[in-house]
Amino acid sequence: MEASSLSAIWLTLKLASLVTALLLLVGTPIAWWLSRTSSRWRGVIGAVVALPLVLPPTVLGFYLLLLMGPHGPVGQLTHALGWGVLPFSFTGLVIASVFYSLPFVVQPIQNAFEAIGERPLEVAASLRASPWDAFFSIALPLARPGFVTAAILGFAHTVGEFGVVLMIGGNIPGKTQVLSVQIYNHVEAMEYQEAHILAAGMVIFSFLVLLALYGRRQYKGWSR
Amino acid sequence: MSSRFCKLSILAAASLTLASFSAHADEVQIAVAANFTAPMKAIAALFEQDTGHKVTASFGATGGLYTQIKNGAPFDVFLAADDSTPIKLEKEGAIIPGSRFTYAIGTLVLWSATEGYLDGQGEVLKQGKFAHLAIANPKTAPYGTAAIQTLTRLGLLENVQDKFVQGENITQTYQFISTGNAKLGFVALSQVYKDGKITSGSAWIVPGELYESIRQDAVLLSRGGSNPAAKALVDYLKGQKAAAVIQSYGYGL
Repeated sequence: MEASSLSAIWLTLKLASLVTALLLLVGTPIAWWLSRTSSRWRGVIGAVVALPLVLPPTVLGFYLLLLMGPHGPVGQLTHALGWGVLPFSFTGLVIASVFYSLPFVVQPIQNAFEAIGERPLEVAASLRASPWDAFFSIALPLARPGFVTAAILGFAHTVGEFGVVLMIGGNIPGKTQVLSVQIYNHVEAMEYQEAHILAAGMVIFSFLVLLALYGRRQYKGWSR
Repeated sequence: MSSRFCKLSILAAASLTLASFSAHADEVQIAVAANFTAPMKAIAALFEQDTGHKVTASFGATGGLYTQIKNGAPFDVFLAADDSTPIKLEKEGAIIPGSRFTYAIGTLVLWSATEGYLDGQGEVLKQGKFAHLAIANPKTAPYGTAAIQTLTRLGLLENVQDKFVQGENITQTYQFISTGNAKLGFVALSQVYKDGKITSGSAWIVPGELYESIRQDAVLLSRGGSNPAAKALVDYLKGQKAAAVIQSYGYGL
């Protein structure tokens, strides 16, 4: 296997791990809020979170390129903070991927929280557990299967990300040249042998991930 | 007034004639290299007007279009960004023998969306005070290859290599620069040039001796052999009207 392919695999795993960790941190409060709130903003936030499920990645990539570019509001902010502009950087990919994979993490966690219902938390409160204590001692352990599903889907979806990376990545080896883009490059360059190795690996990987997901005993569907 | 009326009636007669032709109109599906997008749209409009045939064009990177063609994509004519891909198709027997011809010779340009940034000499390249230099993927796009050749001959490749951002094709490369995400980059002159001048930003037209000439060849694919509209389009591309359009976008012939 070519060195560039190995570096693309490593980069992809690094990106997906980091994004999954960030998404669990960011997604959990959002999922908790969505599962508990009766605010009229619930529908709006829920819809915004779900947008990447529906939007073509090119739409997301195009707007991120404009927003994070030197003339965009985000780009001007990051420039003022001395971070430079985000497109063509690993950080840019991480941020884009967090948006892109958000629903795949929020929705399973939200479903798991909703499935717990009010009762266990009311019981905890009556036993004088603080809301934080109740959350960490009751809600999180009960929602564990939801978190596992969320982590697997978030990771797998980021590994499979292509359109957004193509739009904002700039195909830089070791920085933004991820596996899906590398496969595309090989096909375009008519290097079918290299493309086959990576593409077949991707199929096997995806199958194993889904097998892990659907093969779990307590699997109840991730989006009801 | 009367001469105007006369012209109008000639026009009306001509369009009636065309209308009768279009009873036999056919559709031609073509695959076109991304750098030729703008001129091809202009040529297709003229061709449709003149012949009544209909052109459906797909634009993309030459390598990608090749893969699609080899896997049964329904294209009649292929306008590549190089000559090696059409030669490959010719050797593989995927085209009508003898149909390969050079329809345009591409010109490489170093371009920035910022007015006055490039001085017409490319000095900015030597100073290297920029974060990103956009090029098309040199493995798949001829303009990317030409950019690498240019930088190599200028002895600057080592200096700027780590500032490369690569577009999947020349259109995406242009997008990186036009949105300001890359300060400058190598694109096709046709993308930033119309009727004798650069349309926006600033540019350095790379001297032809710095890279191997980008001969862009077209072929009539096997599938197009039985399509009269495909043959008509190939002839049209070799004609005077198409030549005028092609040159107005800064291509050589």
